[in-house]
Amino acid sequence: METVTLTMKNPPVLMLEADHISPDAFAGKTAAEIAALHAYEGREQFTLGKYFDVAGNGGKTAAETKIVVKGDVSRVKYIGMKMTAGEVVVENNADMYTGAWMQGGKLLVKGSVDAFTGIGMIGGELTIEGNAGNYLGAAYRGDWRGMQGGVIRVKGNAGSDIGTFMNGGTIIVEGNADVHVGTHQEGGKIIVKGNGKSKIGGQMVEGEIYVFGTIDVMMPGYKYVQDEELEVDGYKGRFALYHGDLGERHPKRKGQIVYGKLYQKI
Amino acid sequence: MTKTVTDVICPFCGTLCDDLEVEVSDDGKQIVDVYNACVIGAAKFLHSQASDRVKRPRMQQPDGSYKEVSYDEAVEYTAKMLASSKKPLMYGWSSTSCEAQSVGHEIAEQVGAIVDNTATVCHGSTLIAVQDVGIPSCTLGEVKNRADRIIFWGCNPCHAHPRHMSRYSIFPRGFFVNKGHKNRKVFVIDPRVTDTAKMADYHFQIEQGRDYELLSALRVALRNEWLPDTVAGIPKEKIYEAAEVLKSGRFGIIFFGMGVTQSLSKNHNIDNAIMLTKDLNEFTKFSIMAMRGHYNVTGSGQVLGWQFGFPYCVDLSRGFARYNPGETSSNDLLRRGEVDAVFVLGSDPGAHFPISSVKKFSELPSVAVDPHITPTTEVAKLHVPVAFVGVEVGGNCYRMDNVPIEARKVVDPPEGMLTDEEFLSRVNKRVKELMEAKK
Ligand code: SF4
Repeated sequence: METVTLTMKNPPVLMLEADHISPDAFAGKTAAEIAALHAYEGREQFTLGKYFDVAGNGGKTAAETKIVVKGDVSRVKYIGMKMTAGEVVVENNADMYTGAWMQGGKLLVKGSVDAFTGIGMIGGELTIEGNAGNYLGAAYRGDWRGMQGGVIRVKGNAGSDIGTFMNGGTIIVEGNADVHVGTHQEGGKIIVKGNGKSKIGGQMVEGEIYVFGTIDVMMPGYKYVQDEELEVDGYKGRFALYHGDLGERHPKRKGQIVYGKLYQKI
Repeated sequence: MTKTVTDVICPFCGTLCDDLEVEVSDDGKQIVDVYNACVIGAAKFLHSQASDRVKRPRMQQPDGSYKEVSYDEAVEYTAKMLASSKKPLMYGWSSTSCEAQSVGHEIAEQVGAIVDNTATVCHGSTLIAVQDVGIPSCTLGEVKNRADRIIFWGCNPCHAHPRHMSRYSIFPRGFFVNKGHKNRKVFVIDPRVTDTAKMADYHFQIEQGRDYELLSALRVALRNEWLPDTVAGIPKEKIYEAAEVLKSGRFGIIFFGMGVTQSLSKNHNIDNAIMLTKDLNEFTKFSIMAMRGHYNVTGSGQVLGWQFGFPYCVDLSRGFARYNPGETSSNDLLRRGEVDAVFVLGSDPGAHFPISSVKKFSELPSVAVDPHITPTTEVAKLHVPVAFVGVEVGGNCYRMDNVPIEARKVVDPPEGMLTDEEFLSRVNKRVKELMEAKK
């Protein structure tokens, strides 16, 4: 595995759209070629080299390429966008769209990220050690496909609108989540280990949501079914199962109505 | 002697009343009186005649005072500002004609600007919901003639759209509702006892921020499923009863306002309200409509829509249209410091944006085009006064139900004043030259 190190030297004045910071774009390129890849600040096109010192060459393929991003990239958008393989490590905070539409590989952010992280994600592992903003693993505006595969783990808290239109994959928030978890969810699994707020599972069709802490107001369309003994992300214990959202349409499978499942730890 | 101009359109709110009569002096320069309009509408016409009206552009000086400049200088400053910034924000558009909007968008395309309108702080969330789940809607004429179930959700037309109820939604006798008010059952969902709520047959005084839950509960009730004892502070019996009353109507309509678009859940509230409307269509005919504020905010969405495919928050910086409220919305851009110049026309962000945004705005190069002195023109580096659309110049506007209506001119603007469209056309021409020179 080859490692490319990007170190921020000239932070952008407005913000940087750097969708080329991904193992796929760096694979097979020398440090100089990487520095020549373009990025946008406002309507003007510049190169990555204007903003970053680039050290090391890319591996032969994306899978053999690791990128380490150093310095302040809190105004850099699209890090790891659509990456299919390889590894990216961001040592500080990153901005919006980190790991957006990610397809494979590993992306680790040691700080926090802003909104739209992992939107439309298809595969791979995305880990945020700090907090995540709104729309984590949600669908892009107007798209009906949110996260479809892969795993997102946030060690801190997450904002609102997690997993909107999600239909596959797993989102784990180890801290608390803001309002609207799994709106329009049609599959996949969301685990909130801290507290949830209101509007959890609104308009949910199917899939699973687990909340370990409190839910301040339960959606009216959720009906208690039974208690269950479960193992969830390493924790074993009892959960109360609710079916919902009863106001929403639900498909039938083998003569049975399929509901969204909301589990709350007892 | 005076003469009366009939069938005048009111350029104030989204109701776009088209039955005003304006009495003007013989020479066509003075408005004497305005008939049929509500107080706000009449004030708009009379205000154009204010004696202290600013008639020439003014440039803010370092000490905060103003210096009068010519329109030529104003055009030059605006064009240079737009052509030299990396990412300018061009905001407003809701109080001007579609023709002017279209010229503004041409400028935006050349300079890679972000075009956003006032929906960003009112019905933008509605537009997000419409994109997510579609919308079953109708015209106000259909409401007048057919609707026997009216819901006002989070809006207060008594104050915001004063003639809405008498022209369309509650009082008029319609073709199929010939007893007017007596044929209609009116619901108001509002945490406050508003003047609209006082007229309702049913007022649900909902807990603040629980609209999403109540909308869901109504959908559950329509399906005759289980509900908890109270939802959003409303007992479940009332919710089941409301569901029955709504089902039993022949034609229903949900009107909704900023009480639901800008409170907790925002676009999700509208999304769920649209889905409730869709569910109700399994029992009877039901429609839903946004109570749009500015008289041509709907038109701004339309023009942006047909030119760029998105109704607000359009980011043209990369040479193609992108749209993502939360990122390309004015307040997010200002708050995060993502734009380096601001152009405002036909709205007043200085009065309506959070103070953090206004502060950023005051630090950037900025131009405000507005016939009035407003909080925005007071922070902008350059204030360009223009003629009043719908009073001193005509132009196309869209009513809240997406019906285009041609506004009329009733008096001449003061000598030598430009209209929005004229000012923008001159800026457009100059921007073209500057951008050519850059290449
Ligand atoms: S209701 Fe609106 S459009 Fe009608 S007169 Fe009043 S302000 Fe003007």
